[in-house]
Amino acid sequence: MDFLNDIPWLLILSSVAKTLFLIFLVVLPLVSYTVYAERRVSALIQDRLGPNRTGFPTSLLGFKTDLQLYLGGLGQPVADAVKFLLKEEFTPGHVNKVYFWMAPVLAMVPALSTLAVLPFGNYMFGQKMVVADVNVGILYVFAIASVGVYGIVLAGWSSNSKYPFLGGIRSTSQMISYELSLGLSAVPVLMIIGDLNLSEAIRYQVENGWLLLPFTDGKLTLREILLWFPVFISFVVFTISMFAETNRLPFDLPESETELVAGYHTEYSSMKFALFFLGEYAAMIAGSSLIVVLFLGGWHLPFLPINTSETSLTLAGSLLGLIHITVFFAKVVVLLLCFIWVRWTLPRFRFDQLMKLGWLYLFEIALVNIFITAAVIAFVK
Amino acid sequence: MAYTVRRPNLTFWEKLYLPNIVAGLAITFKHLRKMLAGETKIVMQYPEEKWDAHLPEYYRGAPTLVMDEHGREKCVSCQLCEFICPPRAIRITPGSVPNDSQFAKAEKAPEAFDIDMARCIYCGLCEEVCPEQAIFLRKDYAVTGESRADMVHHKTKLYELGGTMPDLVHKWNPEK
Repeated sequence: MDFLNDIPWLLILSSVAKTLFLIFLVVLPLVSYTVYAERRVSALIQDRLGPNRTGFPTSLLGFKTDLQLYLGGLGQPVADAVKFLLKEEFTPGHVNKVYFWMAPVLAMVPALSTLAVLPFGNYMFGQKMVVADVNVGILYVFAIASVGVYGIVLAGWSSNSKYPFLGGIRSTSQMISYELSLGLSAVPVLMIIGDLNLSEAIRYQVENGWLLLPFTDGKLTLREILLWFPVFISFVVFTISMFAETNRLPFDLPESETELVAGYHTEYSSMKFALFFLGEYAAMIAGSSLIVVLFLGGWHLPFLPINTSETSLTLAGSLLGLIHITVFFAKVVVLLLCFIWVRWTLPRFRFDQLMKLGWLYLFEIALVNIFITAAVIAFVK
Repeated sequence: MAYTVRRPNLTFWEKLYLPNIVAGLAITFKHLRKMLAGETKIVMQYPEEKWDAHLPEYYRGAPTLVMDEHGREKCVSCQLCEFICPPRAIRITPGSVPNDSQFAKAEKAPEAFDIDMARCIYCGLCEEVCPEQAIFLRKDYAVTGESRADMVHHKTKLYELGGTMPDLVHKWNPEK
């Protein structure tokens, strides 16, 4: 039984604990409340009220009246979840069953898997707050995020009907076009940081100021000012590509409601449809987290002391670790609200405009940006 | 004949899209801010606020039966409303007023008077056709029920909703 001693139990247990915390306590609730925020913010932008009165229907449980408790509609995600679970699970007869069932899973799983390498906090209980602190961090994110396309493509193809098929085709071409500029716009950042590990990216930003706001470390050098321009360009390109990667408006051609009914998930119902929905929002959260890690300093907040592996075991240290996690997700939430804000502002692109923007502008800008960054790094010390 | 649609000559900033996107974002943000600050007028929040107080005099709600100031059913079950009702929502079973009654002069009164509110279209023809001014469309608009049977207003319910309405013509006044 010697091999039992060789298994790194602490590593396995802490990873499982971190995964459970991240997925079930943070991301999934965040996903459902992003859906709620989407509905509320869109309503407010359009001078409506949105879902503002969902309460507890205790009369369903045999009580005389419903519980009168004003929550401002915060019960809506619960009601939605119950609705999705109770709806009829309908599989049309003409679909390719295997891929039809596989597609929603493939849409959801990659979005959640990308979260594994994202450092969402500094230290808690002596543990680094990242599920997998791997040194290929960002490459892993790009690799897994591309797998997410398969969910949409398989859904479109296996549905065996024209609108989902068109949605699937659009998704493929769109993802391929924007993956390029996404990857290329991240290169300048990686050149500046000099490491693919996302924890290292944050450590660099803690020491030298956030990439997008280089003054957060209290000083501003000529090199930082010069580097700010390519970083800003790369931030804009990266964000636009991230919108396209997550199928958000103005790039939601795969599911454009006005032309394709609902695009790739037209034939889906009940929880299978909900999985696409959750996958889209989980991808949004993963994308926003990546932007936060690469450009906005991750969990770091200036003037806030940073705990280490040792101090995080004390009460003050663990409190600090909790604040770091909160700061990280606060930044993510702000970005998510921006995603929603943009969605309810811009109309959808025409498909040729989308392709033109991706291939003729963003790709070139990202490519040239790499050389600008290289020149600054090489000539300005 | 085919003709060329002239494209507008865009300036450099317009071609760049970004300034216009920012302008659009500013507009939506303005709406969001005004809404959050409570400066935007929104529609009436129905169950909490109701427009009952502002209903006009001529509002056509649920049809009801009325009594006169002496407590006599005005309806003499002539069935004109039953015949004119376009969706055939009204069903009357005529009955007679007993001879020893205070109101024996009217001779007839409905034994049963049912209005199926699931069929009623609130047209007001029953009110218009009634020679005795016995049926009126009142201001009740929220008529609900859990079954079709629930949606039928029987005589008691109709009088309860209608209440009393003094006569304009006193032809059926009780004998002095």
